[in-house]
Amino acid sequence: MSEALLQEVVYEEDAQKDKFLTFSLGNEYYGIEIKQVTEIIGIQAITGVPELPEYIKGIVNLRGKIIPVMDVRLRFRKTFREYNDRTCIIVIENNEISIGLIVDSVSEVQSIPEEEIVPPPDVSKGNNRYIKGIGKVGNEVKLILDCDKLLNDKETDQLLEIQ
Amino acid sequence: MYEYDANDPIFEMYIFESTQLIEQLEKNILNCEIGNGFTSEAINEIFRIMHTLKGSSAMMRFASITTLSHAFEDLFSYLRDEKPQQINFSILCDLSLDALDFIKVEIHKIKQGDSPDGDASELIESINSYLERIKNISPSPSNIAAPEQSPIPPNPENPLLELPLNSIILHPGARLYKAIIHFVEDCGMENVRAYQIIHNLVELTEEFSYLPKDILDNHDSADYIREHGFQVLLTSDKPYQEVYDYFSRSSYLKSVELEEGSILAEPSREQFAVNVDSDVNSMNVKDKQEPQRTAVQSNIISVHVSKLDRLMDLVGELVISEATVTQNPDLKGLDLDNFQKASRQLRKISEELQDLVMSIRMVPVATTFHKMRRIVRDMSKKLDKEVDIEIIGEETEVDKNIIDQLSDPIMHLVRNAIDHGIESPEERLTSGKKPNGKITMEARNSGGDVLIILKDDGKGMDKEKIIMIAKERGLLEKSESEMTDKEIYNLVVLPGFSTKNIVSEYSGRGVGMDVVLQKLRDMSGAITIDSIPSQGASITMKIPLTLAIIDGMNIRVGASCYTIPTASIQESFRPMDSDIITDPDGNEMIMVRGRCYPILRLHEFYDVETAIIDCAKGILIMVEQDDKSLCILADELLGQQQVVVKTLPNYIKKYKKIDGLAGCTLLGDGSISLILDVAELVGKRSKVLASRT
Repeated sequence: MSEALLQEVVYEEDAQKDKFLTFSLGNEYYGIEIKQVTEIIGIQAITGVPELPEYIKGIVNLRGKIIPVMDVRLRFRKTFREYNDRTCIIVIENNEISIGLIVDSVSEVQSIPEEEIVPPPDVSKGNNRYIKGIGKVGNEVKLILDCDKLLNDKETDQLLEIQ
Repeated sequence: MYEYDANDPIFEMYIFESTQLIEQLEKNILNCEIGNGFTSEAINEIFRIMHTLKGSSAMMRFASITTLSHAFEDLFSYLRDEKPQQINFSILCDLSLDALDFIKVEIHKIKQGDSPDGDASELIESINSYLERIKNISPSPSNIAAPEQSPIPPNPENPLLELPLNSIILHPGARLYKAIIHFVEDCGMENVRAYQIIHNLVELTEEFSYLPKDILDNHDSADYIREHGFQVLLTSDKPYQEVYDYFSRSSYLKSVELEEGSILAEPSREQFAVNVDSDVNSMNVKDKQEPQRTAVQSNIISVHVSKLDRLMDLVGELVISEATVTQNPDLKGLDLDNFQKASRQLRKISEELQDLVMSIRMVPVATTFHKMRRIVRDMSKKLDKEVDIEIIGEETEVDKNIIDQLSDPIMHLVRNAIDHGIESPEERLTSGKKPNGKITMEARNSGGDVLIILKDDGKGMDKEKIIMIAKERGLLEKSESEMTDKEIYNLVVLPGFSTKNIVSEYSGRGVGMDVVLQKLRDMSGAITIDSIPSQGASITMKIPLTLAIIDGMNIRVGASCYTIPTASIQESFRPMDSDIITDPDGNEMIMVRGRCYPILRLHEFYDVETAIIDCAKGILIMVEQDDKSLCILADELLGQQQVVVKTLPNYIKKYKKIDGLAGCTLLGDGSISLILDVAELVGKRSKVLASRT
């Protein structure tokens, strides 16, 4: 019985393997590993919380559960864009922390095989820190997000603030 | 040894039960000590508890606890049966409490998932030698009679003859069985295991007898069983195989010899009928007691706190969604009589439900208070002080979460009172007091709060000394002439303040009062200290009844909504421009009835955009905490409601601690409001003021 269960787990992981949820920020396309994503919701009323960095917009009520939301545009130091019908919140869970990511629009779930993902070029210009790899799908390029770093990269952030 | 998993239901049950038993035991012993003597009732009770503890520990194979409780049980069984007169009770109490402590430590180890590896042999030694001593002091007459009751028959070669067969009635068609059971060597507690077999034997038959007879009361019977096996004689209409299966199911079994026989049956048949009454009675009595006790217990179930927490969350959500439905904006302007009726009913039920859930979580403070008696006892012995303890209002109920956090602060305060407050008997006599000091612990409800008051009749606090030390350590914020007595006494709770010159085992590390204050802050409680020289000090802790649901006033600032706990709101008013004063540093203040209060502009403090920046257009809410007041400027009041307190998401908490926020809550329309931490805001504001002046 336990073997069957184990296999099921393996299948499930298999089904999620190499699958990425892609979304857009301006002209760029990003991908998040599907297993990190809990759900996608439309933009809703956000309650601001004081004394937090600009990119953490506040908290939202997700069916009685209160989760923080982060504007990924601001996190990547892009200009703020008014939220509209296309704006989505992608709820991800990482190390038992739930957080919503505000993105311009969600596109689709795509399969990007491992061999199509290359490590990011070694340029020392800010954003790379949150990119795990660059995936190729046909002619397009998707930047694969590193959620761990996105959520836990506090120290570098504070350093920047001091500068 | 094997792994201990404290989450295993069996272990959990064991730990839970044992902890309760120990608490009960401790209470009993302390009561006896106060009464200066053990009543036979108390001895019976202690014996019974120890016996249960021994039994369950043996089942779980915790050897050290088992043997210790066994020795302890022996001691009390001697006290119970022989009632010796000349006993040194204080030694007995010390011994008992030491044993208790040992068991407590072991159980704590089990709880942590460690194996209980403590060595009880020394304690057992001292219990046994104590037992020997009292046996020698008071050779009671019944000692002589004792051998008659011995389980070991005079002629062990033929133990069968000793079996009290006369207690068995043979039904027609019933068969007589004789079983000799041997347990695995070293399994320990053979008599208890034997009792289990007997206990369950009713499955097969009502008529049986066994040897040795007094397996429960006499621990020598264990030796006998080890040597000769445990012998059971029974009649049953069940076939041989079934009876055999029954015996072989028992745990720790080495071998079972089962004979189906009529060897003794025929000749003594008449006797059976005649002597039935005499011996069966004793079994009957036991059987009657058991169901009674289970009947009482079955009315109480123990529930894991996490389940209650979950229930509480759900009820909280229910309250919110009820408001979402009944106050739905879609309903505005509609005339819905039936809907209103139905929703009123819904509100009534959900309110009742909420009250009920709250009441489930309420536990009386009694256990926490009674724990202190032990501390008082130990300390007064160690410090050579005579201290009595008085407990008032122990039935006062407090939320379970709070009570768990309450025990530490109370303990610190009690220690402080005995160590610093109460004088030695000689000192007390010279100042015209009774030699016995007295500590009063009182709990009572006051509105939505619980007051816990600790009073001692010691020397009181030394004002001059407090000021001196506060100065020395740089803790004084204003000049001493400006300070009221109360303010001076309350310096004691500041971090780094400890008046005792010599650090003793119990207090004086300068962390005690800190911890008290910190814990109280965590519970959003407050502390006030009062003292009358040479008459004693009293410390009052004010704690909210519950942390989970508070009465809150919702206010609006710009687009944001905040909630202030109603308990801390004094009043709200719209000020006149002329009442507002600005000092040269730009601090705004307002004069109300001759007193000056600082103003906190929430929109500035939290950097929120709002149209209302003129105090006269907004509203001021005066809040008070720890005798400090502050006026908060908001755009408008939204209304009062009960809110369920939720903590801020972990991600934000991890990022940084946000000043002045205690948590958040969901409003009726599903939006989120931030709960203000008044104590922090008030403290913050006054600190800012102090640093500027």
